[in-house]
Amino acid sequence: MSALLEVRNLQVRVEEREILHGLSLTVNKGEVHAIMGPNGSGKSTLSHVIAGKPGYEVTGGEILFKGEDLLEMSPDERAAKGVFLAFQYPVEIPGVATMTFLRTALNAQRKARGESEYSTPDFLKKVRAVAASLNIPQEMLRRGVNVGFSGGEKKRNEVLQMALFEPSLCILDEMDSGLDIDALRIAADGVNALRSSERAMVVITHYQRLLNYIVPDFVHVMSKGRVVKSGGKELALELEESGYAQFEDQAA
Amino acid sequence: MNLALVKPTMDGAASDVFAIARDRLPGKGPVAEVRQAAFEDFAQKGLPHRRVEEWKYTDLRVLLREVAPLAAPPDQAVLDRAKKTLASLDVNGAHRLVLVDGAFAPQLSDTTSEAGVAVQTLRAMLENADVAARADLLRTNVASDAMISLNSAMATDGAVIDVTENAAPGKPIHIVHVATQSKAAAFTRSLVKVANGARVTLIESFVGADGAAGYQAHDSVVLWAGDGADVQHIRLVEDARDAANIATAIVTLGERTQYRAFNLTSGGAVCRYQAFLRFGGQNAHADVNGVSLLNGRQHADNTLVLDHAVPNCTSNEVFRAVVDDQAHSVFQGRINVHPDAQKTDARMMTRALLLSDEAEADNKPELEIFADDVQCGHGATTGALDDSLLFYLRARGLPEKEAQALLIQAFVGEAMESIADETLRDVAIATAERWLAARG
Ligand SMILES: Nc1ncnc2c1ncn2[C@@H]1O[C@H](COP(=O)(O)OP(=O)(O)OP(=O)(O)O)[C@@H](O)[C@H]1O
Ligand SMILES: [Mg+2]
Repeated sequence: MSALLEVRNLQVRVEEREILHGLSLTVNKGEVHAIMGPNGSGKSTLSHVIAGKPGYEVTGGEILFKGEDLLEMSPDERAAKGVFLAFQYPVEIPGVATMTFLRTALNAQRKARGESEYSTPDFLKKVRAVAASLNIPQEMLRRGVNVGFSGGEKKRNEVLQMALFEPSLCILDEMDSGLDIDALRIAADGVNALRSSERAMVVITHYQRLLNYIVPDFVHVMSKGRVVKSGGKELALELEESGYAQFEDQAA
Repeated sequence: MNLALVKPTMDGAASDVFAIARDRLPGKGPVAEVRQAAFEDFAQKGLPHRRVEEWKYTDLRVLLREVAPLAAPPDQAVLDRAKKTLASLDVNGAHRLVLVDGAFAPQLSDTTSEAGVAVQTLRAMLENADVAARADLLRTNVASDAMISLNSAMATDGAVIDVTENAAPGKPIHIVHVATQSKAAAFTRSLVKVANGARVTLIESFVGADGAAGYQAHDSVVLWAGDGADVQHIRLVEDARDAANIATAIVTLGERTQYRAFNLTSGGAVCRYQAFLRFGGQNAHADVNGVSLLNGRQHADNTLVLDHAVPNCTSNEVFRAVVDDQAHSVFQGRINVHPDAQKTDARMMTRALLLSDEAEADNKPELEIFADDVQCGHGATTGALDDSLLFYLRARGLPEKEAQALLIQAFVGEAMESIADETLRDVAIATAERWLAARG
């Protein structure tokens, strides 16, 4: 059986500068992978390229998702196929009510998959249940998308969407940044509730602490646009002890 | 380039328009004299062009080329076509007054009387020698403008509406302009007097009947709102895509008057809406808002002149344009604060969203402030849709057009929110939704 996500020797440029220099990563269904690495090592770049953000030039390698060429798909096609990126910096969209946004997005994905659209009552029921489990008040859902949300609320809104869309690949880019201890636990519980044998997660973080809540099967260290070391969850503890200095040479 | 080749101000064809129509224009004696003088003023100026400062971005010599001949009075077949068009209007439940090709159509209008509202036709008043001031119906107090003069010279009909003191009619008053004849022009003038303390909603719709192409709607509205009056004024310009709509509003507000205007332009090839608003009494407030939704080669110009002639008045202008393809949006906002108009608070904010590289938006704010204790502010932005917002939406599964549509709706939404009447707000939102759906 083919992997859920297969990144092979990926080379990516941004504005004439190569950021990823031949990165490979294989993620199977049911697995949780953590990606750690110093600032600027290319973690967000990788997540953006997987999600299909414009402005990145793939100069080499490939990305297969469920055996299909992901790079050939538009961002919305990827979303409908089950790719979800929880953004490091979720944007604010004034004038678009969160509820409207959630319903439009969910129904667009379902339509693209040839599924029937949710009826309004069914949709509301689903959103309310998920929001309650994440401690997101209804009032927040009436506001513009992320408008006036605190940093922590924005991150919780990302997890809310993830729970609602039920993607098969969840990429969480620094979900823990800006979250207080309680919010972190609530968000992590939300993520853990989504763990399943049919779904995989890629958790990008700087801190071992998150990995106490979301325990990974694999940990990868990125440095200067490559995966320089992979291991089990104990690798995260090791990094906490010794930092990234030991990998800098290998990446150069 | 041969600079000596300056076009004469008036060519033969334009003078013909008046000469040929003259006998069909209602009103003899003093009315005819006013018409003659107005036409001479127009003839001397000619169609406004880019060297006329107020028309700098809307050169009618290029965009309109010429004034179309006066439309024929409607016959039964025309009225039947107009009736079909009325059936497709979004606004329902209003007191409807219908002008077909510039002629009031009683058969298509509401004739039941509305408490506190008296309606007459301009034609009847101009033709009635007993109306002492009938010639004044065609006079305006606004600085000389060629298109106002043309309208004064040619106006065939319109609604003359009186809303009595403290009246609050249950229904909005809806003036509907239907054009049925291709390559013909209708000239209309309506006069609306809202007495002290009255509360009324005035809606104007401009539409073309099926098959009407290349026509011109020349309209003017003169509105007085008395002390403590509350007037909501909505314009919906949905003319045929190759039509022209050249319209003027002359608005005078009394003391404590509340005036809230909203102009929605989605139709027409060449549209100009010029509103001249004068604060004549203290503590009045005006919202003068608008949205233009343009694509293809549409050109829409909103030119607003607000005269803060007395102290303690406030005004707020919010304008949004969504401009696709090779369309062109123009916003000119002039605010005059007279020397003794202290404590004026005048704000103006205009934003244009360009959806294509060839789309164009011009914005010209002009503030002339002669009082010292005032607050005036204006801001303008022009830009494309935000890529990071678009990507966020697409990453959540929205196809490109749907993602754009959501952001465009949000963009115009802020201005539309200002429409107090929920039903009319929904009409405006529905128009925007249709426009977006037509983008594909
Ligand atoms: N649009 C861009 N233009 C120019 N350089 C860019 C752009 N986006 C990313 N980069 C560069 O690519 C490199 C990798 O950035 P990226 O955001 O992927 O790092 P990261 O590993 O996510 O870092 P952090 O841990 O700080 O989030 C950085 O040097 C960054 O400056
Ligand atoms: Mg990052």
